[in-house]
Amino acid sequence: MNACAADLKAPAGATRGAAPDGIQAFLRANTIVVLILLLAALVVGVEVARPGTVNSTWLSNTLLFAAPLGVMAAGQTLVMLTGGIDLSVASIATGSAYLLATNASHGSVAAVLLGSLVGLVVGAVNGVGVAVLGVQPLVMTLGTGLMTGGMLTVYSQKMLASEPRVPEFIQALGAGKLYGAIPYDLFLWAPVAFLMIFGLARSGFGRLIYAVGDNRQACKLAGVRVWQVLLLDYILCGLFAAVAGLVLVGGTNAADLSLADAYLLPSVAAVIIGGTSIFGGRGGYAGTIVGALILTVLTSILTLLDAPEPVKQILYGAIILALAAAYARLTD
Amino acid sequence: MNVQSATRMASPLRRVAARNLTVLGMPALLVAALAFTRFIHPEFGAFDVQSLALGALPLAMAAAAQAIVVLSGGIDLSVGSLIAVSNVMAASAMQHASFAQALGIATLILAAGLVQGAINGVVVVVSRIPDVVVTLTTGFIWGGIALLILEKPGGGAPQGFLDLAAGSALSPWLPNALLLLVVSVTLVWLPIKRSRLGLLLYAVGSDKVAAFRSGVDVNSTRILAYVVAGAFSALGGLTLTMTTGIGAPLAGAYYTLSSVAAIVIGGVRLAGGRGGVLGPVIAALLLTLIPTDLIFLDIDPNYGQVIQGTLIVLVVMAGGFVSVLQSRK
Repeated sequence: MNACAADLKAPAGATRGAAPDGIQAFLRANTIVVLILLLAALVVGVEVARPGTVNSTWLSNTLLFAAPLGVMAAGQTLVMLTGGIDLSVASIATGSAYLLATNASHGSVAAVLLGSLVGLVVGAVNGVGVAVLGVQPLVMTLGTGLMTGGMLTVYSQKMLASEPRVPEFIQALGAGKLYGAIPYDLFLWAPVAFLMIFGLARSGFGRLIYAVGDNRQACKLAGVRVWQVLLLDYILCGLFAAVAGLVLVGGTNAADLSLADAYLLPSVAAVIIGGTSIFGGRGGYAGTIVGALILTVLTSILTLLDAPEPVKQILYGAIILALAAAYARLTD
Repeated sequence: MNVQSATRMASPLRRVAARNLTVLGMPALLVAALAFTRFIHPEFGAFDVQSLALGALPLAMAAAAQAIVVLSGGIDLSVGSLIAVSNVMAASAMQHASFAQALGIATLILAAGLVQGAINGVVVVVSRIPDVVVTLTTGFIWGGIALLILEKPGGGAPQGFLDLAAGSALSPWLPNALLLLVVSVTLVWLPIKRSRLGLLLYAVGSDKVAAFRSGVDVNSTRILAYVVAGAFSALGGLTLTMTTGIGAPLAGAYYTLSSVAAIVIGGVRLAGGRGGVLGPVIAALLLTLIPTDLIFLDIDPNYGQVIQGTLIVLVVMAGGFVSVLQSRK
C-alpha cells in the first residue's frame, strides 16, 4: 500500500541521522537487545506499580497468557515476512475454538482435528487468493475473516441445542501448570518457537520466505515457485491461528463468538514491535516472542492500574503506537 | 489496418467501456437488485425503499470515508470506531436537546470528526508505521474513547433530528435518507473532486514517488484524505444516531469491515488512484439490500455477513484472475 513510502523518506533520513554514535549503531544492529531491555523495564514497572507482584507465580502466569498470543503471532510473522498481513487470524481462532467446543462429544481428537481444519481451510483460501491470483493480502484476509465470522454466527444458531464443552486436556493446555509452576501451553509454544526460529534461519523454505518478502520479482526470475511458498505460508498462518484458538478456549473454558476478537491487534502489534517489517524480508520470530511478552506484561501493568476498561484500552493502543513509532525511528 | 492502429483503436474504446462500466455498472446493478427484490417480494414498496435508504445511510457514509482514503493510497481501519465515537457523542449530548440545539451539536461533532481524521492522518505520516497498523491501533483507541463517553447503549436525540433521515418529505419514493445522502456526498465530495485537492488525491494514490517528484506535498495530501474521511465518518455517526435513535459504543465495528467491502465492490482500486465515491455509496445500498432479500427468500439473514465476505473475495479474486490471464498472453 505504501511500499514506496520508504523511498520518499530515505533522503530526509539521510540528512537527519548524521553519523550515529557507537551505542545507537550497536542498538540498531541488535534491536533484540533494545526489546529485552524494554521488557525488563516493563517488569520493573509492574513491580513499582504494586511491590511484591513479580514472583514465580506472576512469571508463570505471564508465560501462560503470552503463549496463545505468541503462537498466533508466529503465523502473523510468517505472513508479514513475505510482505503480507493476515486479518483473519482472530476469526480463525474463534472458529477453531467454537468448533472444538461444539464437537467435543464426537471425541477429543476429532474435535481438535476439526478445529485445526478451520485454520487449514481458511488459510488455504487466503493462500490461493494471495499466491495464485495475486490478491492484496489485506483485503483477501478481511474477506475470508468476514466469511468465517458470518458462517460461525449461522452455525452457532443451529447449535443452540447442544451444549458447548471443552475437552479436559485442552483445558489443561490452556490453563494448567506442570507442578503448579510451568504452564502446559509453554510445551506447545516452545517447540513452535524452536521450529520458527530455526526453520526461518536454516531451512530452505525459511530462507525462501525472506527472499520472497524481499524481492518477489527476483525470486520469480531465479526460478522460485513463489506461489507455492506463499500458499504454504498462509496455510501455516491459518494453522497457527487455529491452534492459538484451541489454547484460548482451554483458558476460558467457554466458547463464544467473540473469543479471539481482542487478539487481532496484539497479533499484529507483537510482530511489528518485535521488529519484523510489514513490507517483508526483514525481521524474525525471536523479536516476535519478546513482542508478545512485552504486550502481555503491558496488559498486566494496565490491570494493576485499576483503571476503567475503556481507559486501559486507550492506553494499550497509545503505548503500542508509541512503541512501534519509536522502533521505526530507531531502525530507519 | 495494421496491428498498431488496431490496438490504438481498441484501447480508447476499452477505456471508454471500462469507465462507463464503473459509472453506469453500479447504478444498473442496484436497479437490477431492486427489480429482483420486487420480483421475489411483490409487496416491496415505497416504505421498504425508505427503510433501505435509512438502513444504508451510515454504511454509505463509511464507504465514502473509506473510498477517499483508499483513493489516496491508504486504508482506514478506524472508520467504524470513528463512527461509534460520533454516534455516542451525538446520542449523549442530544438526549435532552431541542432540534436547534441538536443541529448545533451535529456541527460540533462534524468538526470533531475533522480533528479525529486529522489525528489519524498525522499519526500515519509522522510515525512512519504502515497505515494498516496505525489505523488498526487508532481504531482500538477510538473504540476505547467511545466506551468512555457512553458505557452501554443509551442516550437519544430529538424527534426532529431523527426525522431528518426517517420518513419522506417530498415523495414517498424519495426518502429523506436518500436526499440526505445525495446532498452530503455532493456537498463534500464534488468540490473536492473538482478542485486541486481531488487531483492531488488521485496523483498520490496512483504513484507516491511520481507525485512527490512532481512537487506534490504527499504528506499533507495524505493527511487531508484522512481529514475528509473523518468528516464522512462523523456524518456516519450522526446518521447512525438518526437511524437507531440511540448511541451504541460497539455498533461501529460492523462499519469498518463493511466499508472495505463497499469500496471493493464499488470499483475502487485498493492500491489507490482509481475509482470514485459513487460506486462505493451504491455498493453500500446493495450490501444493505442483501439481508432484506435473504429475509424475503426465507433464508437466515445472518448469511448476509457470509455473502458480504464471499462477495469481497470473489470480486478481488476475479480481478486477480483477469490480470493472471492477461499476463499469460
